[in-house]
Amino acid sequence: MTTETPTTSLSQALPVDAIALDVSAEDWRAAVTAAGEALAASGAATRDYTAEMIAAVEEYGPYIVIAPGIALAHSRPSPAVRRVGLSWVRLAEPVAFGDPDNDPVSLVVGLCSPDATSHTAALAQVASLLSDEERMAQLAAAGTPEEVRAIVLAFERDHTRSQS
Amino acid sequence: MKILAVCGMGLGSGLLLRMQAEKAVKRLGIDAEVEVADIGSARGGAQGADVVVTSAELAQQLGDIGVPVVVVTNFVDLDEMVTKLGAAVGT
Repeated sequence: MTTETPTTSLSQALPVDAIALDVSAEDWRAAVTAAGEALAASGAATRDYTAEMIAAVEEYGPYIVIAPGIALAHSRPSPAVRRVGLSWVRLAEPVAFGDPDNDPVSLVVGLCSPDATSHTAALAQVASLLSDEERMAQLAAAGTPEEVRAIVLAFERDHTRSQS
Repeated sequence: MKILAVCGMGLGSGLLLRMQAEKAVKRLGIDAEVEVADIGSARGGAQGADVVVTSAELAQQLGDIGVPVVVVTNFVDLDEMVTKLGAAVGT
Protein backbone atom coordinates (compact mmCIF):
# COMPACT_ATOMS: atom_id res chain seq x y z
CA MET A 1 0.00 0.00 0.00
CA THR A 2 1.51 3.28 -1.02
CA THR A 3 -1.48 5.49 -0.32
CA GLU A 4 -2.37 5.97 3.32
CA THR A 5 -6.05 6.47 3.94
CA PRO A 6 -7.54 6.87 7.40
CA THR A 7 -8.20 3.29 8.43
CA THR A 8 -11.25 2.10 10.25
CA SER A 9 -10.77 -0.86 12.56
CA LEU A 10 -13.22 -3.72 12.96
CA SER A 11 -14.49 -2.41 16.30
CA GLN A 12 -14.92 1.11 14.90
CA ALA A 13 -16.85 -0.25 11.94
CA LEU A 14 -19.07 -2.49 14.08
CA PRO A 15 -20.83 -0.52 16.83
CA VAL A 16 -23.40 -2.24 19.00
CA ASP A 17 -26.24 -0.67 16.98
CA ALA A 18 -25.09 -2.67 13.96
CA ILE A 19 -25.40 -6.02 15.73
CA ALA A 20 -28.68 -7.93 15.63
CA LEU A 21 -29.20 -11.41 17.04
CA ASP A 22 -31.66 -14.16 16.21
CA VAL A 23 -33.37 -12.21 13.48
CA SER A 24 -36.19 -14.00 11.68
CA ALA A 25 -35.74 -13.98 7.91
CA GLU A 26 -37.85 -16.05 5.55
CA ASP A 27 -35.45 -15.90 2.60
CA TRP A 28 -32.09 -14.48 1.50
CA ARG A 29 -33.63 -11.12 0.59
CA ALA A 30 -34.96 -10.71 4.10
CA ALA A 31 -31.59 -11.74 5.51
CA VAL A 32 -29.70 -9.17 3.40
CA THR A 33 -32.34 -6.59 4.28
CA ALA A 34 -31.67 -7.22 7.98
CA ALA A 35 -27.96 -6.60 7.38
CA GLY A 36 -28.87 -3.36 5.57
CA GLU A 37 -31.18 -2.29 8.39
CA ALA A 38 -28.33 -2.81 10.84
CA LEU A 39 -25.99 -0.68 8.72
CA ALA A 40 -28.70 2.00 8.62
CA ALA A 41 -29.22 1.74 12.39
CA SER A 42 -25.55 2.54 12.98
CA GLY A 43 -25.64 5.40 10.47
CA ALA A 44 -23.03 3.86 8.16
CA ALA A 45 -25.37 3.77 5.17
CA THR A 46 -28.90 4.74 4.21
CA ARG A 47 -31.60 2.21 3.35
CA ASP A 48 -30.91 2.74 -0.37
CA TYR A 49 -27.79 0.66 0.20
CA THR A 50 -29.93 -2.34 1.19
CA ALA A 51 -31.50 -2.37 -2.27
CA GLU A 52 -28.04 -2.11 -3.81
CA MET A 53 -26.83 -5.16 -1.86
CA ILE A 54 -29.85 -7.17 -3.01
CA ALA A 55 -29.31 -6.04 -6.60
CA ALA A 56 -25.69 -7.26 -6.40
CA VAL A 57 -26.81 -10.79 -5.51
CA GLU A 58 -29.43 -10.70 -8.28
CA GLU A 59 -26.74 -9.66 -10.76
CA TYR A 60 -23.81 -11.88 -9.75
CA GLY A 61 -25.41 -14.76 -7.88
CA PRO A 62 -24.85 -16.03 -4.35
CA TYR A 63 -21.07 -15.72 -4.41
CA ILE A 64 -21.30 -13.43 -1.36
CA VAL A 65 -21.68 -16.64 0.67
CA ILE A 66 -17.97 -16.72 1.42
CA ALA A 67 -17.76 -19.61 3.88
CA PRO A 68 -20.03 -22.33 5.25
CA GLY A 69 -23.03 -20.55 6.77
CA ILE A 70 -21.64 -17.04 6.29
CA ALA A 71 -22.69 -14.36 3.78
CA LEU A 72 -20.77 -11.12 3.26
CA ALA A 73 -23.50 -8.81 2.00
CA HIS A 74 -22.11 -5.76 0.22
CA SER A 75 -22.33 -3.55 -2.82
CA ARG A 76 -20.19 -0.87 -4.40
CA PRO A 77 -19.28 2.50 -2.92
CA SER A 78 -22.31 4.75 -3.57
CA PRO A 79 -24.01 7.95 -2.37
CA ALA A 80 -25.95 5.73 0.05
CA VAL A 81 -22.74 5.01 1.99
CA ARG A 82 -21.73 7.48 4.68
CA ARG A 83 -18.67 5.73 6.10
CA VAL A 84 -17.01 2.35 6.47
CA GLY A 85 -19.46 0.09 8.21
CA LEU A 86 -20.01 -3.51 9.15
CA SER A 87 -23.12 -5.18 10.50
CA TRP A 88 -23.50 -8.54 12.19
CA VAL A 89 -26.84 -10.31 11.82
CA ARG A 90 -27.28 -13.74 13.36
CA LEU A 91 -30.37 -15.42 11.94
CA ALA A 92 -32.93 -17.27 14.07
CA GLU A 93 -33.22 -19.93 11.35
CA PRO A 94 -30.69 -20.50 8.55
CA VAL A 95 -31.81 -19.52 5.05
CA ALA A 96 -30.68 -20.71 1.61
CA PHE A 97 -28.89 -18.28 -0.69
CA GLY A 98 -28.53 -20.78 -3.54
CA ASP A 99 -24.85 -21.50 -2.90
CA PRO A 100 -24.21 -25.22 -3.49
CA ASP A 101 -21.22 -25.42 -1.13
CA ASN A 102 -21.90 -23.03 1.72
CA ASP A 103 -25.68 -22.98 2.22
CA PRO A 104 -27.58 -22.52 4.46
CA VAL A 105 -26.58 -19.15 5.87
CA SER A 106 -26.94 -18.40 9.57
CA LEU A 107 -24.75 -15.27 9.78
CA VAL A 108 -24.93 -12.25 7.49
CA VAL A 109 -22.10 -9.74 7.75
CA GLY A 110 -23.01 -6.47 6.03
CA LEU A 111 -20.23 -4.31 4.60
CA CYS A 112 -20.23 -0.81 3.15
CA SER A 113 -17.38 1.48 2.18
CA PRO A 114 -17.32 4.96 0.65
CA ASP A 115 -14.40 3.99 -1.62
CA ALA A 116 -12.35 1.00 -2.75
CA THR A 117 -9.77 0.97 0.05
CA SER A 118 -10.98 2.51 3.35
CA HIS A 119 -12.50 -0.77 4.54
CA THR A 120 -9.42 -2.92 3.88
CA ALA A 121 -8.20 -3.13 7.49
CA ALA A 122 -11.66 -3.86 8.91
CA LEU A 123 -12.31 -6.50 6.24
CA ALA A 124 -8.99 -8.21 6.95
CA GLN A 125 -9.86 -8.33 10.65
CA VAL A 126 -13.32 -9.74 9.91
CA ALA A 127 -11.78 -12.44 7.75
CA SER A 128 -9.48 -13.44 10.59
CA LEU A 129 -12.37 -13.44 13.04
CA LEU A 130 -14.54 -15.59 10.76
CA SER A 131 -11.76 -18.18 10.52
CA ASP A 132 -11.22 -18.24 14.30
CA GLU A 133 -13.26 -21.26 15.42
CA GLU A 134 -13.00 -20.51 19.12
CA ARG A 135 -14.25 -16.92 18.79
CA MET A 136 -16.94 -17.97 16.34
CA ALA A 137 -18.23 -20.52 18.88
CA GLN A 138 -18.34 -17.76 21.49
CA LEU A 139 -20.16 -15.47 19.05
CA ALA A 140 -22.69 -18.16 18.20
CA ALA A 141 -23.46 -18.53 21.92
CA ALA A 142 -23.55 -14.79 22.72
CA GLY A 143 -26.87 -13.67 24.20
CA THR A 144 -26.85 -9.94 23.49
CA PRO A 145 -25.34 -7.48 20.99
CA GLU A 146 -23.22 -6.13 23.86
CA GLU A 147 -21.73 -9.59 24.36
CA VAL A 148 -20.94 -9.85 20.65
CA ARG A 149 -19.30 -6.45 20.79
CA ALA A 150 -17.20 -7.50 23.81
CA ILE A 151 -16.01 -10.66 22.03
CA VAL A 152 -15.13 -8.60 18.93
CA LEU A 153 -13.17 -6.12 21.06
CA ALA A 154 -11.28 -8.92 22.81
CA PHE A 155 -10.49 -10.51 19.45
CA GLU A 156 -9.25 -7.21 18.08
CA ARG A 157 -6.96 -6.68 21.06
CA ASP A 158 -5.38 -10.11 20.66
CA HIS A 159 -5.26 -9.82 16.88
CA THR A 160 -3.54 -6.43 16.97
CA ARG A 161 -1.04 -7.74 19.49
CA SER A 162 -0.21 -10.81 17.39
CA GLN A 163 0.26 -8.64 14.31
CA SER A 164 2.68 -6.21 15.91
CA MET B 1 3.88 -14.68 -11.66
CA LYS B 2 0.62 -12.78 -11.59
CA ILE B 3 -2.52 -13.97 -9.83
CA LEU B 4 -5.87 -12.37 -10.56
CA ALA B 5 -8.61 -12.45 -7.90
CA VAL B 6 -11.97 -12.11 -9.64
CA CYS B 7 -15.15 -11.06 -7.86
CA GLY B 8 -18.41 -9.33 -8.59
CA MET B 9 -17.50 -5.80 -7.65
CA GLY B 10 -13.88 -5.78 -6.49
CA LEU B 11 -14.79 -4.55 -3.04
CA GLY B 12 -15.64 -7.38 -0.68
CA SER B 13 -15.01 -10.96 -1.63
CA GLY B 14 -12.42 -10.06 -4.26
CA LEU B 15 -10.46 -8.15 -1.67
CA LEU B 16 -10.77 -11.12 0.70
CA LEU B 17 -9.50 -13.42 -2.05
CA ARG B 18 -6.55 -11.13 -2.69
CA MET B 19 -5.61 -11.04 1.00
CA GLN B 20 -5.84 -14.83 1.23
CA ALA B 21 -3.91 -15.33 -2.00
CA GLU B 22 -1.16 -13.01 -0.77
CA LYS B 23 -0.85 -15.02 2.45
CA ALA B 24 -0.90 -18.28 0.47
CA VAL B 25 1.83 -17.02 -1.87
CA LYS B 26 4.06 -16.30 1.12
CA ARG B 27 3.40 -19.72 2.62
CA LEU B 28 4.08 -21.44 -0.71
CA GLY B 29 7.24 -19.42 -1.16
CA ILE B 30 6.39 -18.34 -4.69
CA ASP B 31 7.14 -14.97 -6.21
CA ALA B 32 3.79 -13.57 -7.29
CA GLU B 33 1.76 -10.41 -7.26
CA VAL B 34 -1.98 -10.50 -6.71
CA GLU B 35 -4.44 -8.13 -8.36
CA VAL B 36 -8.22 -7.78 -8.15
CA ALA B 37 -10.60 -7.53 -11.10
CA ASP B 38 -14.37 -7.47 -11.25
CA ILE B 39 -16.16 -10.09 -13.31
CA GLY B 40 -17.14 -7.55 -15.95
CA SER B 41 -13.55 -6.80 -16.92
CA ALA B 42 -12.28 -10.36 -16.34
CA ARG B 43 -14.72 -11.93 -18.82
CA GLY B 44 -12.61 -10.62 -21.67
CA GLY B 45 -9.52 -12.50 -20.53
CA ALA B 46 -7.13 -13.08 -17.68
CA GLN B 47 -5.45 -9.67 -18.13
CA GLY B 48 -1.98 -11.17 -18.35
CA ALA B 49 -2.41 -13.27 -15.22
CA ASP B 50 -0.99 -16.79 -14.95
CA VAL B 51 -3.76 -18.03 -12.70
CA VAL B 52 -7.20 -16.78 -11.63
CA VAL B 53 -8.81 -17.31 -8.21
CA THR B 54 -12.56 -16.89 -7.83
CA SER B 55 -15.80 -18.45 -6.55
CA ALA B 56 -17.69 -21.32 -8.19
CA GLU B 57 -20.48 -19.06 -9.50
CA LEU B 58 -18.11 -16.56 -11.03
CA ALA B 59 -15.89 -19.30 -12.49
CA GLN B 60 -18.92 -20.46 -14.48
CA GLN B 61 -19.51 -16.92 -15.73
CA LEU B 62 -15.85 -16.58 -16.69
CA GLY B 63 -15.84 -19.68 -18.86
CA ASP B 64 -12.60 -20.72 -20.53
CA ILE B 65 -10.13 -17.86 -20.38
CA GLY B 66 -7.02 -19.88 -21.21
CA VAL B 67 -5.36 -19.99 -17.79
CA PRO B 68 -6.01 -22.19 -14.73
CA VAL B 69 -8.98 -21.03 -12.65
CA VAL B 70 -8.80 -21.87 -8.95
CA VAL B 71 -12.30 -22.21 -7.52
CA VAL B 72 -12.40 -21.23 -3.85
CA THR B 73 -15.26 -22.45 -1.66
CA ASN B 74 -14.31 -21.01 1.71
CA PHE B 75 -12.87 -17.49 1.38
CA VAL B 76 -11.58 -17.36 4.95
CA ASP B 77 -9.89 -20.80 5.01
CA LEU B 78 -6.21 -20.20 4.29
CA ASP B 79 -5.44 -23.93 4.10
CA GLU B 80 -7.88 -24.34 1.22
CA MET B 81 -6.32 -21.45 -0.67
CA VAL B 82 -2.79 -22.76 -0.11
CA THR B 83 -3.71 -26.28 -1.26
CA LYS B 84 -5.62 -25.21 -4.36
CA LEU B 85 -3.28 -22.42 -5.40
CA GLY B 86 -0.28 -24.67 -4.82
CA ALA B 87 -1.80 -27.36 -7.06
CA ALA B 88 -2.58 -24.82 -9.79
CA VAL B 89 0.92 -23.38 -9.91
CA GLY B 90 2.63 -26.73 -9.44
CA THR B 91 4.40 -26.35 -6.11
